[in-house]
Amino acid sequence: MKKALKVLAVATAIAVSGGVAASAEALKVGVAAEPYPPFTAPDASGKWEGWEVEFMNAMCAEAKLECVLTPVAWDGIIPALTSKKIDMIISSMSITDERLKTIDFSDKYYNTPTGIIGTKGVDIKPTPEGLNGKALGVQVSTVHQAYAAKHFAPAGVDVKEYQTQDEANNDLAAGRLDAVQADAIALKAFLATDQGKECCDYKGDVAEDVAVIGPGVGVGLRKGETELKDKVNTAIKAIRDNGTYDTFSKKYFDFDIYGD
Amino acid sequence: MTNETTHAVAFTPEDLPTARSFFVPHRIVMMLVFAAFVVAVAVFMRWDWLPRYLPRLGWGILVSLVMLFSTAILGFLLAVPIGLVQVTGPWFLKLPAKVFCTVIRGTPLLLQLWLLYYGLGSLFPQFPAIRQSFLWPYLREAWPYGVAALTVSFAAYEGEVMRGAFAGVPPGELEAAKAYGMGRWTMFRRIWLPRAIHRALPTLNGETVLQLKSTPLVATVTVVDVYAVISKVRQETFLTYEPLLLLALIYMCLTGILVVAFRTFENRIPTRGA
Amino acid sequence: MAADSLINWGLLSLNAPGWGGVLLQGFFNSIQIAVGGFTLGLALGIGGAFGKLYGGPVLRDLLECYTTVVRAVPELVLILLLYYAGTDLLNQVLALFAIGPVDISGLMAGIFVIGVVQGAYSTEVLRGAIKAVPAGQIEAARAYGMSPTKVLRRITLPAMLPYAIPGLSNLWLIATKDTALLAVVGFSELTLVTRQAAGTTKAYLLFFLAAGALYLALTLVSNVFIGMLERHARRGFAVQR
Repeated sequence: MKKALKVLAVATAIAVSGGVAASAEALKVGVAAEPYPPFTAPDASGKWEGWEVEFMNAMCAEAKLECVLTPVAWDGIIPALTSKKIDMIISSMSITDERLKTIDFSDKYYNTPTGIIGTKGVDIKPTPEGLNGKALGVQVSTVHQAYAAKHFAPAGVDVKEYQTQDEANNDLAAGRLDAVQADAIALKAFLATDQGKECCDYKGDVAEDVAVIGPGVGVGLRKGETELKDKVNTAIKAIRDNGTYDTFSKKYFDFDIYGD
Repeated sequence: MTNETTHAVAFTPEDLPTARSFFVPHRIVMMLVFAAFVVAVAVFMRWDWLPRYLPRLGWGILVSLVMLFSTAILGFLLAVPIGLVQVTGPWFLKLPAKVFCTVIRGTPLLLQLWLLYYGLGSLFPQFPAIRQSFLWPYLREAWPYGVAALTVSFAAYEGEVMRGAFAGVPPGELEAAKAYGMGRWTMFRRIWLPRAIHRALPTLNGETVLQLKSTPLVATVTVVDVYAVISKVRQETFLTYEPLLLLALIYMCLTGILVVAFRTFENRIPTRGA
Repeated sequence: MAADSLINWGLLSLNAPGWGGVLLQGFFNSIQIAVGGFTLGLALGIGGAFGKLYGGPVLRDLLECYTTVVRAVPELVLILLLYYAGTDLLNQVLALFAIGPVDISGLMAGIFVIGVVQGAYSTEVLRGAIKAVPAGQIEAARAYGMSPTKVLRRITLPAMLPYAIPGLSNLWLIATKDTALLAVVGFSELTLVTRQAAGTTKAYLLFFLAAGALYLALTLVSNVFIGMLERHARRGFAVQR
């Protein structure tokens, strides 16, 4: 099989080098390939929109980088970065110690609390006791999943994992879940939709645990690419200072998403 | 799908090597190289996560196998009438059966599964009658949708095989049964069905291996089978190669066991005149 | 709400706010990958089949490993393995030839992945077809003094076609459906864009049914062409059954 692969590799190499010109300049920015409003979501013409897309454009423009948005499956986004399919992750990825073992992060560019929403009229509290015996949905490989696994699962909560946030929300609306834990802003955006208004309401923020939830969301980078990391950090600081960050944030939020 | 294509896409008993064929000089060398490769993989790659996940992996394999056998048996039970009505049924049964087979075989299983789980599943709770019925605790779960999608798919592919099998039973045998004074039902039960199943058996193992290869799709709708356990390993350890290699190995072993079991089973059935 | 979204055909219109255009673009991507993957698979299959029939013992065993692994492991697992490991390997091999890492587009990776899977299947189909060519015809060609490549081009390939077409057409249909599995690695083919559209608009049934209709249409149109091709290839054969 290896031999066949090699033969194939050469054959494809000829095809690739002839067909696709490798542009060394453009950086591929990985974004989870599923709707995650209000941060990243495709619109009806297939274009990606949202706060994080604007952040990416502003940051890349400031750092004089040519960035190309590249949708990738969320559960494979870190392998995609390490295997060089993409060069950066700008996909609401929280900076955690666990992830820092594999990849590097820029400074944080936003930070919001973690909350829980649940079916209307059902008595649910964002505590281990208040969720006992309930089905709680989380997205895989997120800080919320890690949090739920640490605090809720041992207390008798049925934690179910979803590939995308959208699927978890949908299953909550479909009555397959009693509650969903996620980023408070993403949840409030869901509650503002027709589907969300009808089924659910906000049950509250979960208790702090910085060790699991981390200091905020950063740009994911490969380890050892310090030059790029410095560029990104400088750019984030620059757009914070010159007001660009606040200008596009105001279009989406009525509070400071950067946190403190 | 013809038997030849099933054989081309699924590993079947004809591919099993004989024990003696291994002892050829170049094969011994190749096996040594392979053994060195396995040792290298075991030594140089990270496997420290394995003991932690072993119980969950065992459980996942069990879920995959239950999915496989329950849907293959249910699907086969559905395939018999689907095949039969296409051969002898009146047009109002023949047509739906034909459409069913064409539609299911003409669209990807992943899409069918998502249609059932996200499409139909999001429709159900809007009817209070369904939400209050005794079925609701099951409709809330993911596995009934996985079982339904896999069963329907197996029924469509095997239904096509059964159609050919029913049509292929020599008319002389059926005429002989009639001459013996058998009624239609007796003839069907004693001659036609057993002979058709006998003719379909060789394809059945290929189709079952194909069904095994389809089971990991249910992991995309939150059923925790062996594929989902490995996905979890990938997400928690950030390893790419090791868990996937192990998963491929697990499926190869499952396929191997399945194929050997089928061959033993087939050898017990006399095939003279088939 | 469900009743409204079920019949909201405007969501399928080709221009925004309808998602029809996105769906068609995804469909086009799926077809591109299916065609590319099938062609690459066919190339691998021809090589594989001849290797398996006429190659040395080592080559034959290596090919046997290749086809066995692909036929025993679920496509979904193979696609993940090839997508992450395969393209990585490809880049490393290219580095060996000093071509340097190329920027493998999602489309290329998709074609590569489907092609490798299809290659194993075609190997088996073509091997069966070549074996079905009567040995006398090949011997006769050799007796005429034709070189092996000429025998291949003039006799073996054309003579095996009628035996290979039914199997190959099934493989083409499998290729079109296997492209859906690329949704799992986040490639924007029909199934993934359908889910994005469905997730954004919450009209799950409508979009999944629409995508199903597109896949079905592809299958049915393919079947028409396959039928024509089969009749063409079998001309001169005695009518069977």
